[in-house]
Amino acid sequence: MQFWIIQGLNSLSLGGLLFLLSSGFSLIFGLMRLANLTHGAFFMLGTYFAATAMRAYDGLNIWVAALGAGIAVAAVGGLFERLVLTRLKANPLGQVLVTLGMSFIISDACLMFWGGDSIPVPTPPNLQSPTRVFGFVFPTYRLVLVGCAIATAILLYFLIERTRLGAMIRAGVDDRQMARAVGIPVSNLFTLVFCLGAGIAGAGGVLGGPVLSAYPGLDADMLPLALIVVILGGIGSLLGAFIGSFIIGIIYTFGTALFPELAYIILFLPMIFVIAFRPQGLFGRVST
Amino acid sequence: MTMSRRQFVGSVAGAGITSLAAPHFLSAQPSEPIRIGLLAAKTGPLASGGIDMDLALTMFLRERENTLAGRKVELIVADTAGVPATARTKAQELVEKNNVHCIIGPLAAFEALAIADYLTEKEMPTLGVAAAEDMTQRHPSPWFVRLTSTSAQCAYPLADYAAKELKYKRIVTIADDFAYGHEMCAGFQRSFEDSGGKIIQKIFTPLATPDYGSYVAQVKTGDAIFLGTAGSNGFRFLRQFIEYGLKDKMAVIGGMTALDESVLRNMGDEALGILTTSWYSAELDNPLNKAFAPAFRKQFKYDPGYYAGSTYVSGEVLEVALKSIKANVEDKKALMAAIRGSNADTVRGVIKFDGSGNAIGNVYIRKVTKSDGRLVNSVIKTYPDVTQFWTYDKAAFLKNPVYSRDYPPAQNLEQ
Repeated sequence: MQFWIIQGLNSLSLGGLLFLLSSGFSLIFGLMRLANLTHGAFFMLGTYFAATAMRAYDGLNIWVAALGAGIAVAAVGGLFERLVLTRLKANPLGQVLVTLGMSFIISDACLMFWGGDSIPVPTPPNLQSPTRVFGFVFPTYRLVLVGCAIATAILLYFLIERTRLGAMIRAGVDDRQMARAVGIPVSNLFTLVFCLGAGIAGAGGVLGGPVLSAYPGLDADMLPLALIVVILGGIGSLLGAFIGSFIIGIIYTFGTALFPELAYIILFLPMIFVIAFRPQGLFGRVST
Repeated sequence: MTMSRRQFVGSVAGAGITSLAAPHFLSAQPSEPIRIGLLAAKTGPLASGGIDMDLALTMFLRERENTLAGRKVELIVADTAGVPATARTKAQELVEKNNVHCIIGPLAAFEALAIADYLTEKEMPTLGVAAAEDMTQRHPSPWFVRLTSTSAQCAYPLADYAAKELKYKRIVTIADDFAYGHEMCAGFQRSFEDSGGKIIQKIFTPLATPDYGSYVAQVKTGDAIFLGTAGSNGFRFLRQFIEYGLKDKMAVIGGMTALDESVLRNMGDEALGILTTSWYSAELDNPLNKAFAPAFRKQFKYDPGYYAGSTYVSGEVLEVALKSIKANVEDKKALMAAIRGSNADTVRGVIKFDGSGNAIGNVYIRKVTKSDGRLVNSVIKTYPDVTQFWTYDKAAFLKNPVYSRDYPPAQNLEQ
């Protein structure tokens, strides 16, 4: 019983972490039809920013660090989109390659700047002591991560479904040409969404920091997970990314616990089935 | 072949000049420097160790004004990026383009294995760092020595210490799911179970494991958990282990890379009291290390560990060997024999080489303590002259298959 409860909570917390990672990826993919392979690097940048800032200013609040890193990474993302990606509009394959190249550049720059050691991101002091759940001990911060993911999901839902900006984004997702025809500034929208996606990744990197730590290779560890979640959940669907994150969290956690030798097979098998039998993902719409 | 008179005169005159110049040559230095190639992963996930390898060897040579045994030395550093294919390309470059006389490194076993056959074929004297057991057991090369330790060599003494001095009975092992982790845990298990203990659970995690939560939650309660990890993985596992409140329930002990100085410098007080084993510690109390470790710390602001130690020891061994052959590195066979017979006194203590080229040297049990406000691995016990075969008979040892995930079989696992 203890096994199922603890691993269940682990699944939830990993799912929360995955949503913070992949929601930005999904947003960008949905509007721009661009598999942004820099996403893992944006996430890692956030973690490194937080590790450095929280080391330099002892006792810096992790929420402040997340906000700061989110803005900083959004700025990096915005510049990248404006200066590089817009020039390659007619060349989607080129865009993907450029994002891959950018991820290498960021990871090498991080290595140069921060060195090869792992740098811990401290868990907030008031969340350090474990929580008792049904008589079992569980790290408090991991539970808070789930809350963060849910809060982010709600905020994004309101942004997309209830605001004028969201309506424009949705119009862009559904039919880019038509959106342009009715006067929506799609190009500016692209930049904005890219900033937003990168910013969420950066802030997610900070919040994931206490669990993951900042280390060279974090980007490459996280990127495939973002891809799996988005492909499983459905391209451009926020709900898909949300559900997908928790499904992958459950599969990964119980997979590694029950069949540790098959950890990666169990993780990637569902993705292969989804691509084979439901290419648009669980919640994706078939684009016309 | 016909020869014109002018050519004939010219060649005789040339020979005369050469013979006149010859005594001069003999008394002076050979003009060519000794070229040493260092294979180190300076980018990629293994960069932390690779950078330290470079820093320590460069420091060693600078201390000697880039001169060993009276001859100038040129160091050529090649970045393997921690990728076997790149290591292969770089090794080839060092051998065929840079014409190096010997090679130090590389860091990871899969890199070393990728270039082993090539270096043997080229008869390239190699001072290895990587720990793959069979490189000095079932498949030794006359051109290869290892100055560090096999994967399991340092694990045996810790297992002995855990069983006999700490009186642990039941231990869980966790390591990265590749040869280094398999071999280390196998050696630990063998020695621990031969001393009456039981390994109740063996966990191997993929090299790229972003979240250790699901593994931490499976750990069975025993007397201790043995970390056979390398690099950042052990460090991240340990943080999760503590967050789940497990450090109060069972002790943590670790292999030679788990709480290396490069890991310790990024840890907090949670690491205090953890026991690990290694052939080196920055805290070692011998005259050579008393000079090396503080000098390294002064220059780079942190303690040298496994990786910095490995290339510094390589330099020390090489220097002794070069002195005994009067720096005549062109005679590769003599160089290799001199390295094997070097018995050098180094920062890790005196090391000798066994018949298959593996170091026989002290292994230290270390405890994380605090000194001058930083975490250090202070030595609490020394196991003298540990060989790669521990207390086992060499012939019988080599008849067994190489250590792996399933060998020797674990018979005391608890469901």
